[in-house]
Amino acid sequence: MGKFGFTISKGRQIDYDSNDRSIAAYIFEREPSFRLCIECGGCSATCTTGNLTKFSLRELNILIKRGENDQVRESIGKCMLCGKCTLVCPRGVNTRNIVSLAKKAFQLTDGYAI
Amino acid sequence: MSKHVVVIGGGVAGLEAAGRLSKVGFEVSLLEKEDKTGGHLNNWYKLFPDRRSSSEVNEYLDRISINGQVKLLTNTTIEKFSRNKTNLTILTNNGEELVADAVIVATGFDLFKSSRKEEYGYGIYDNVITSAELEEMFWKNNIALVNGKEPEKIGIVHCVGSRDEKVGNLYCSKLCCVTAVKQAIEIREYLPESKVFCFYMDMRMGGAYYEELYREAQEKWGVSFIRGKVSEAGESFDNKLVIKVEDTLAGRPLKMELDMLVLMAGMEMSEGGKKIAALGGLNTGENKFFAAADHHFGSNVSNVEGVFYAGTCTAPMNITETISHARAAVSEVMEYLKDDRK
Ligand SMILES: Cc1cc2nc3c(=O)[nH]c(=O)nc-3n(C[C@H](O)[C@H](O)[C@H](O)COP(=O)(O)OP(=O)(O)OC[C@H]3O[C@@H](n4cnc5c(N)ncnc54)[C@H](O)[C@@H]3O)c2cc1C
Ligand code: SF4
Ligand code: SF4
Ligand code: SF4
Repeated sequence: MGKFGFTISKGRQIDYDSNDRSIAAYIFEREPSFRLCIECGGCSATCTTGNLTKFSLRELNILIKRGENDQVRESIGKCMLCGKCTLVCPRGVNTRNIVSLAKKAFQLTDGYAI
Repeated sequence: MSKHVVVIGGGVAGLEAAGRLSKVGFEVSLLEKEDKTGGHLNNWYKLFPDRRSSSEVNEYLDRISINGQVKLLTNTTIEKFSRNKTNLTILTNNGEELVADAVIVATGFDLFKSSRKEEYGYGIYDNVITSAELEEMFWKNNIALVNGKEPEKIGIVHCVGSRDEKVGNLYCSKLCCVTAVKQAIEIREYLPESKVFCFYMDMRMGGAYYEELYREAQEKWGVSFIRGKVSEAGESFDNKLVIKVEDTLAGRPLKMELDMLVLMAGMEMSEGGKKIAALGGLNTGENKFFAAADHHFGSNVSNVEGVFYAGTCTAPMNITETISHARAAVSEVMEYLKDDRK
């Protein structure tokens, strides 16, 4: 019984130990405010893109930190770098710079721009 | 000759401290800038966590301070405040000079001015109100929109002016989560047909019986809790308020129409306190409240000899904590004045 539960949940798990968190490390080093996010969703509530398509900067932040990079690759291109989110963030996270740095980091690892 | 202690500020902290001091035999003058004592307590209707009437606490405070024969000076503020060799001199706005052996500063807090968070539309849209204004409605036994109608859908926004770098307040005001829960219950009780939504970033229920009240709000009153910081409030064509938030647990942006929005305004160092700080050379912290000498064992002690702190002029506190802090200030004064060591 117990075994059964384990097998189905496996595929959905965030494999924290194996995941590659180098993108996050790259951003932490260059934009320390990345650490201050409390996942409040203020940015994503105000984001025009996020209100039209499946894109949330809040979610992006946490996915980068967990090393769920494939999911990040899928959506990061949707950000228009308009900076509206930076105006509402209660933690003073330089949100726009996080997106720019993430893109740069992906370019360095993948060899091409997103 | 009995020693003279001046207490500045006649809220919960000042009344408790003044009453206790006079009970143990000090001559006490209590200075209050308004025409009556009680401070913020006068504005609250029923108190968390047990929803007793605030009048009961006010009556207790009056009893302790009047029985103790405190000399009460209302409509009184301070123009000059200086430390001399053996005492402190205070000059009031009424031209009275008071010589004190010790001073307790109990100047409390100010409610964050919600118009500073422009995006919530306070002062712009009619039915955006603060937690304090909702208490006024409770007092009048009338929760109503500006047009006199009963609101059907009410939103409560947590953390207004707290935990917000944009307004310069990094700290948590500590009491607004439980106030939101208490007020949500009271709205549901008063308007059984209404729906109430709390928009929070974190539910901070760190006080005796707070979490129980939160459970009661869910279980008995059907209050909905949505995790996300409201980014803005606007108005629709038919004069409804529209808020934007990300429902962070569902991972999707959420839009909702509401009749009324209640802002949980945070606590800030009072203007009255700032003035005393400047006059008396008292240190304030990064959070702008008075900075006590030590976080753990000197929370009533200031940087000026003979000057002590009581209550929310040092940090957000509930009434229980405020009263305990005031009693602790009294014990500091007693020790300080216990012999003629100077
Ligand atoms: C919305 C809200 C609801 C709350 N509800 C509850 C509750 O249900 N239960 C609970 O336990 N706690 C509650 N609290 C907390 C409670 O209000 C405080 O714990 C309490 O009021 C603190 O008392 P105080 O004396 O430190 O400050 P205050 O109440 O602010 O009193 C300070 C006094 O000093 C005076 N003063 C200021 N400057 C000067 C000056 N320079 N000279 C002379 N006088 C001056 C002021 O006029 C005031 O009378 C609530 C807080 C908020 C914000
Ligand atoms: S910068 Fe990107 S994430 Fe921020 S509001 Fe603009 S589109 Fe949205
Ligand atoms: S607004 Fe700031 S703190 Fe909130 S989720 Fe976005 S980046 Fe994080
Ligand atoms: S007590 Fe709750 S509402 Fe108040 S500042 Fe803290 S987290 Fe925000």
